[in-house]
Amino acid sequence: MTTNPKKLAKQPEHPLDDLIRTERIPHIWCPGCGIGTAFSSCLSAIKATGIPYNQFTMVSGIGCSARGAGYIKLDSFHTTHGRAIPFATGIKMANPKLKVIVFSGDGDLFAIGGNHFIHAARRNMDLTVICVNNLTYGMTGGQCAATTPNKAKSTTTPLGNPDAPFNLPLLAYAAGASYVARWTILQTRDLTTAINEAIVHKGFSFIEVLSPCPVNYGRRNKEKPLDTLKLYQDRTIIKNGADPARADIDFEKGVVIGKFIHIDRSTCDDRYTELHRPCSDD
Amino acid sequence: MKPAVLTGEHYITGDIACAEGAIAAGCLFFGAYPITPATEIAEHMAERLPDIGGTFIQMEDEIAAIASILGAAWTGVKSMTATSGPGFSLMMENLGLAVCTETPCVIVNVQRTGPSTGLPTMTGQGDMMQARWGSHGDYELIALAPSSPQDCFYQTIRAFNLSEKYRVPVLVMADEIVGHMSEKVVIPEADKIHLVSRPKPTGRKDRFKLYEPGPNGVAPMPAIGDGYNIHVTGLTHDERGYPAMNVEAQEQMMDRIKGKIQNNLDDIIETESYRMEDAEIVIVSYGISVRTGLAAVDQAREMGYKAGLLRLVTVWPFPEAMIREIAGRVKGFITVEINLGQIHYEVERCAGGKAPAFLVGSAGGKIIHPDKVLECIREKFGTAGV
Amino acid sequence: MAFWRVPLDAQEIQVIRGMVCIIDDRCKGCGYCIEFCPKDILHFSDKFNRKGYHPPVATKPDECVNCHYCEIICPEFAIYSVEIPAETVQK
Repeated sequence: MTTNPKKLAKQPEHPLDDLIRTERIPHIWCPGCGIGTAFSSCLSAIKATGIPYNQFTMVSGIGCSARGAGYIKLDSFHTTHGRAIPFATGIKMANPKLKVIVFSGDGDLFAIGGNHFIHAARRNMDLTVICVNNLTYGMTGGQCAATTPNKAKSTTTPLGNPDAPFNLPLLAYAAGASYVARWTILQTRDLTTAINEAIVHKGFSFIEVLSPCPVNYGRRNKEKPLDTLKLYQDRTIIKNGADPARADIDFEKGVVIGKFIHIDRSTCDDRYTELHRPCSDD
Repeated sequence: MKPAVLTGEHYITGDIACAEGAIAAGCLFFGAYPITPATEIAEHMAERLPDIGGTFIQMEDEIAAIASILGAAWTGVKSMTATSGPGFSLMMENLGLAVCTETPCVIVNVQRTGPSTGLPTMTGQGDMMQARWGSHGDYELIALAPSSPQDCFYQTIRAFNLSEKYRVPVLVMADEIVGHMSEKVVIPEADKIHLVSRPKPTGRKDRFKLYEPGPNGVAPMPAIGDGYNIHVTGLTHDERGYPAMNVEAQEQMMDRIKGKIQNNLDDIIETESYRMEDAEIVIVSYGISVRTGLAAVDQAREMGYKAGLLRLVTVWPFPEAMIREIAGRVKGFITVEINLGQIHYEVERCAGGKAPAFLVGSAGGKIIHPDKVLECIREKFGTAGV
Repeated sequence: MAFWRVPLDAQEIQVIRGMVCIIDDRCKGCGYCIEFCPKDILHFSDKFNRKGYHPPVATKPDECVNCHYCEIICPEFAIYSVEIPAETVQK
């Protein structure tokens, strides 16, 4: 099964095997899909916090990325389309001690779930929202999404997308998120660091992860998986503290990545306790 | 700080009684979105919950409200939301999730007249079929119908108990009149209120299966953080809770979801009878329409008809066996409900031709006058004693 | 390791040595590890795994410096590296 260039007495396990439901691997993601990398990065970040695993929970909606919740060996919830954030909000407000991570895709979080996203950000709900943005609806076969670039081809925009996409970091910032970052799956170490920071950060944290969908987006837009990663390498500009208003995704101009926002702001559960439970002991 | 159970006599509305019932039942999480005529429940919960260690959150819409109570339920607390028709429609998606993931929760629908925005401030009972079939796919759930503020208090407690016992969403199908009407409500002492909590798993964590049924067909339910590493999904799943895309898993899951209700009907179904001993004409009713029925029975008896009332306290699952049995020995059924025929068709189906079933319904907006029932009796069953 | 000008402290620097481990049957053949290995030690193998993909093979295993990049870019949890303790490295 396993190739060892040099024989060891015992084959060590994959370092993340303790966080994966290994009996469910291989996962459903296509060859070249970046969700696995973003997911793996998220697991590494969870591990790096040193927080006991039973204090974490992962919530997802529907879509390719949302299947992540089914592979993590933690209490995990695969809910309805777009509803991961309100479900997670219920968990967080009912038990504020938990670290709640929402791992889902762009279609789930920003089209059908867009309203929930902006309200959770407005409340500064203490959630870590990781959005794997592959610019399309992968699971249903590559339809146009709220993040599909203008003129890009999809099954529902065969001649090119007439609409403009969301600038997700700007949207998150405008709605009130207190941690906003964007990385691609290629800057894996930065991504892991960002997710780690976001988990530790108290408040609504949003991380957009650009990720290739070679089968349902790349194929129609003449991008092989490695071409997409080359774009991530050559056409991204790392600029921490950049203005999210300049974070449009346009690979012609160059795409700004990095940590945009990291501010302290009181969270929903803190304010609720402060305002509504003035006499409580704890 | 007020105690959780406000023992004593109160003069309050059905909405407030419902909220107090929830608190007496141990509800500690309420997610809401304002809607007439259910808003008072949310307002009351917002005031009461933080004081007793609970949490109230006003969400951005009813979809989020129900999603939040499902999330909260998995942290181990009892949770509830309250709404009316338009919000109830929005909740259908996650009602299905609650059924599929076997998440205990209580959803109150203070019904108003539809369709669409309809008559927001006026009563209706038009959501009864939506309560049963509103979410897609086959499923079983429990729906109760309170007919007075006092009943709102008790039925909400019972809703929580059933929900916890069977890990199923329970709907409290009130209506605008019951919700807004003030009456005397007696709240007993806390230790006199029977409460049920969901079964918790015991035994080895590594061998735990999230949906392995216990003796009554219901699987024990851990909370987030208990260390069971549960996976909960709305996809068809096997006993471990893992997605399983095959017919066998679907059949097994549906057997469990339907079985735990169908095999415990005696415990779940509650009805009340009034002057039914020798009744030949059976008025079937629920919710506020029970009051129409009660008045009609007494007046019909005075006119010489042997009328009786069967009140459906539990509307879903439907008391099929009881209606079938009654159908064999009576002249007919009259269903009184503030819609144009919903439960009526269930009664007709169960009567199975053995006895005729008639509807005294209305397009909504107000309670049905007992005269309408008497008219129906006269028209369908002839002059008394003949 | 070859240097065109040998640093003065070359003798003192311990170059970390790693060993690449590949779980063949998890691989879906995307080639990311092969493309982005900084030491260029991985190539597609000729064999097929259970799913019919060509998993990578370390053609120059001794050159692995345990940077873990293959491990973190792999979407499949199919490759990782472990450090070989300095004392066991054969010069």
